[in-house]
Amino acid sequence: MNLTLRIWRQAGPDAPGALTTYQVTGISPEMSFLEMLDTLNEELIPRGEEPVAFDHDCREGICGACGMVINGQAHGPERTTTCQLHMRHFQDGDVIDVEPWRSAAFPVVRDLVVDRSAFDRIIGAGGYITAPTGSAPEAHATPVPKEAADLAFEHAECIGCGACVAACPNGSAMLFTSAKVVHLNVLPQGAPERRSRARALVGAMDAEGFGGCTNTGECATACPKGIGLNAIATLNREFLLGGR
Amino acid sequence: MTSEVPTDYSDFTVGAPIADDRAPDGPIAERWDRRRFEAKLVNPANRRGRTVIVVGTGLAGGSAGATLAEAGYHVVQFCFQDSPRRAHSIAAQGGINAAKNYRNDGDSVRRLFYDTVKGGDFRARESNVHRLAEVSVQIIDQCVAQGVPFAREYGGLLDTRSFGGVQVSRTFYARGQTGQQLLLGAYQALSRQVAAGNVELHPRTEMLDLLVIDGRARGIVARDLVTGAVSAHLADAVVLATGGYGNVFHLSTNAKNSNATAIWRAHRRGAYFANPCFTQIHPTCIPRSGEHQAKLTLMSESLRNDGRIWVPRTAGDTRSPELIPEDERDYYLERIYPAFGNLVPRDIASRAAKNVCDEGRGVGPGGQGVYLDFADAIARLGRAAVEARYGNLFEMYQRITAEDPYRVPMRIYPAIHYTMGGLWVDYDLQTSVPGLFAIGEANFSDHGANRLGASALMQGLADGYFVLPATLADYLAQAPVAPVAADHPEVTTVIAEVTDRLKRLLAVDGDRSPESFHRELGQLLWDECGMARDEAGLRRALARIPELRAEFWRRLAVPGTGEELNQTLEKANRLVDYFELAELMCLDALHRTESCGGHFRTESQTPSGEAARKDEEFGYVAAWEYTDGGAPVLHREELTFTEVHPTQRSYA
Repeated sequence: MNLTLRIWRQAGPDAPGALTTYQVTGISPEMSFLEMLDTLNEELIPRGEEPVAFDHDCREGICGACGMVINGQAHGPERTTTCQLHMRHFQDGDVIDVEPWRSAAFPVVRDLVVDRSAFDRIIGAGGYITAPTGSAPEAHATPVPKEAADLAFEHAECIGCGACVAACPNGSAMLFTSAKVVHLNVLPQGAPERRSRARALVGAMDAEGFGGCTNTGECATACPKGIGLNAIATLNREFLLGGR
Repeated sequence: MTSEVPTDYSDFTVGAPIADDRAPDGPIAERWDRRRFEAKLVNPANRRGRTVIVVGTGLAGGSAGATLAEAGYHVVQFCFQDSPRRAHSIAAQGGINAAKNYRNDGDSVRRLFYDTVKGGDFRARESNVHRLAEVSVQIIDQCVAQGVPFAREYGGLLDTRSFGGVQVSRTFYARGQTGQQLLLGAYQALSRQVAAGNVELHPRTEMLDLLVIDGRARGIVARDLVTGAVSAHLADAVVLATGGYGNVFHLSTNAKNSNATAIWRAHRRGAYFANPCFTQIHPTCIPRSGEHQAKLTLMSESLRNDGRIWVPRTAGDTRSPELIPEDERDYYLERIYPAFGNLVPRDIASRAAKNVCDEGRGVGPGGQGVYLDFADAIARLGRAAVEARYGNLFEMYQRITAEDPYRVPMRIYPAIHYTMGGLWVDYDLQTSVPGLFAIGEANFSDHGANRLGASALMQGLADGYFVLPATLADYLAQAPVAPVAADHPEVTTVIAEVTDRLKRLLAVDGDRSPESFHRELGQLLWDECGMARDEAGLRRALARIPELRAEFWRRLAVPGTGEELNQTLEKANRLVDYFELAELMCLDALHRTESCGGHFRTESQTPSGEAARKDEEFGYVAAWEYTDGGAPVLHREELTFTEVHPTQRSYA
C-alpha cells in the first residue's frame, strides 16, 4: 500500500506544532500502525531528517505506552491500542492524519509524545490498598466472591493509555479514575478505604486539570480494554456516599 | 575502564574460582531463616538517612522500591518509561507459581524446589532455589492483600492451573494478564510511597553508567530522556532491576525499549556477568509475518494446557489444517513425551518444534510454524469455557493474524523470550561490586539453564518484596556512611565519559539507522547463537560482530541533538553495548561444549537428540570478568547438588 501521512510535528512543549505531510510506500497489510511509522522513520533517518517521536514499548497492547489520534479517533478506527492496529484496516492511497493526545493535563513533549504523569499522581492519591509490603495474612483467609473478583479484574485491566481523556470533549479522566475505584472498591480488601478512596481520587483528578464528565460516552467507545460507562456511575455513587 | 576500545573476545583467560560466601550451610530448609536472623538490621531512626537507588520499576524494582521505602529508607527510583506502570513485567501473561498446595495434589516447597532445579538442568544454585520456593507462598498472600484480582473459584477461593514442566497445579493467574495485575499491585504500592515522599521517582530517565567509588557502588549516571541532561545520582547502595537482555536478538518477545545497557555498564565497572549464553526460547510465539516485523508476540504457555500441538505427518503437506485427517497428523509432543505431552518444559517444546520444521513439516508461510489446536478442547469443554480461560489471548491472536483461532488452529513458533544469564550475584543478591545488587531477570541466580513457566514473576517479586529488603539492610548496616561529594573526581570523569560517548554517536553522521544494525546483529545471533549452536557458527559470529561494529562507527546516522528527546540516540547508545554483549554470549556458548537447558550445542546430544550435559566438566556457573581491551576472564563457581541429584532430564 502507498499512503499519505499528515503527522503532527512539534519540537518541544513550547514550540509551535504543525501537520507535516509524508508519503510512505510498500506498506504491507500485515504491519501494525507503529511498524508503518517505523518504516517512515527508517527512511527519514538515513537522510538525516528527524524521525517522528512516538511512545511505544510492549507492542502487544498491554503496556499502555502507545497512543495517537488517527483520523480524529483515539487509537484509530479499531477498538484497540495503536500497536495492535494493523494496516489491513486501511486502503491503498488513504490520507491518514496522526496527532498526539490533546488535553491540558497531557502536555505535548515532542511530536506524538505526551506527558501522562498526571495519571500516576491520581493513583498516588489513593489508588491502592494500604497494605504493608513484606507481610500479609494467608491468602485464603479472605474469600472473594467470584463475581467480585471478575468485576475487579475487568476494571483492573485499564492500561492507563489515556485514550479516554483524548476522546473526551471535556478532557475528563473519569473513566480511568473510575476503573481504579471499581477495581479496588468491590474487593473485600479494598472495603475499609472505599469511601475515602473515591474522594481522594476525584480530588486529585480535578487538581490535575482534567475536565468534568458530562456523560458523553466517547471515553468508553475509545477504551481499548472495553471498560464501560457503568464504572463512572459507580464512581459517582461511591463519591456521593463518601461524604466528607 | 574508560575506553571504548573493544575487548578481544576471540579468547579468554581463566581466573581464580569464586564462591558464594553468603549462602549459609546446614539443612537447606533452614538456610534462609538463618541468613535473615544473622543479617544486621538498621535502626528505624537511621533508615531515613540511608539512600538507595533502584533502577527499574518492573516486578522486581517496583516491589523493592515500595518495600524499602515503606521500611523507611530513602529511595531514588528510575525508569525509562513515562510511568513505572509500563515496565515490561506488565506483559507477562500466564501466571505465577507458588507452593501453596491448595489443590492437595502433592505440591510442597520441596517439590517446587525440585522441579525448578531439575527444570533448570542442574545449573542453578540449590540454596537460592529453595529460598525462592519458600518465599513463593508469601508472595500470593502479599498480592491478595494488595487487591490483585486473581482468578477465583465460585466458593471464593483462589483458582490455579498447571504449566509446562510440572505435574501439579500451582500456578495462580489473572486471566491471561497475570503480569499486568501483579505489576499494578507493585506500582500502586510504589505510587503510594511516591506520594508520601519516601520515593523520589525519575521517569523517562535512563541509567547510562555506574559510579564505583572506593570500591563500592555509590551511584549512577543517568540521562533525562526529555531534556537530554546527563547527571549523577549518589546513594549508599544501588539496585539494578533492569530486566533481561533478550533484545540483543532484535526480534524477541521483550518490549522494544528493554535493553542491556545498565547491566553491561555495571559489568564494565567490575560486576561479573554470569552464563550470558543461557537464553530461553519460548515455544508459543506468533510466527513472524515479514521483514518489517519489529517484535514478536508471545502467546501464553498456559495455552498448552488445552491446546494440542501438531504438524502434518508428511513433509510438504500444504493442505489447510481442517483437510488433514487425524491419522495424517503428528501430535509430536504427545508421541515423544507421553508423560508430559504438550506440557513439556520450554526448551524441550521449542527444540521439538524446530526439529519438525527443519524436517520440512512446518506450517504457514515460510514453513516456520506448528499448529496449536483447540478443536478438541472446544468439543470437550464448549466454546464458552475455552473463551473464559483464554479469551483475551484468542482475541490478541486474531487481531494480529486476522485468523479466528476458534475455527482454525493457531500457528506458533519459538522465539527469544527470557535470559537466564545476567549479573553474577551471591546469596544476598549482591554483585561482585560491593553495594551493587541485581534482582529479578537482571541477575543470573535462580533458573539455571532453563526457566520454568510462571517462575519469572515469582522470582521478581520474591527478590523485591522479601529477599533484597533483608539482605540490603545487612549491607547498609555495615557499609560506611561517608557521603560522596557531588564533584568527586570519579563523578566528573564518568559524566564526561557518558557525554563524550553520546557526542561521538551524534558525530558519525553516516547513512545507516541504528535499527538496521540491530536487525543485522540480531539475525546473526539467532542464526549462530540461537536455538542450536555449534563451534563453527559461533566462530563465524565472533569474526563477524567486530566487523559490524566497525561499520556501525563508520556509517551510523543519528539525526538531531543530545539536548532533546532523541529516540534514535537512545537506540544507538544501547546498540554499542549489544555489540559487546553479543560477543560475550558467543564466547560463553563456545566455551561451554556441553548442552544444557536452553543452551543446545549440536555437538553434545543424547542418541535420542536431547541435550547432553557434561556435569563433570561444566557443573559450574561461568562468571566473566571484564578487562579493558584484553580477553575476558572466566571465574568458575562450582555448583554442588546435595538435595536433588543430577540426572538426565526425562519427560517421556
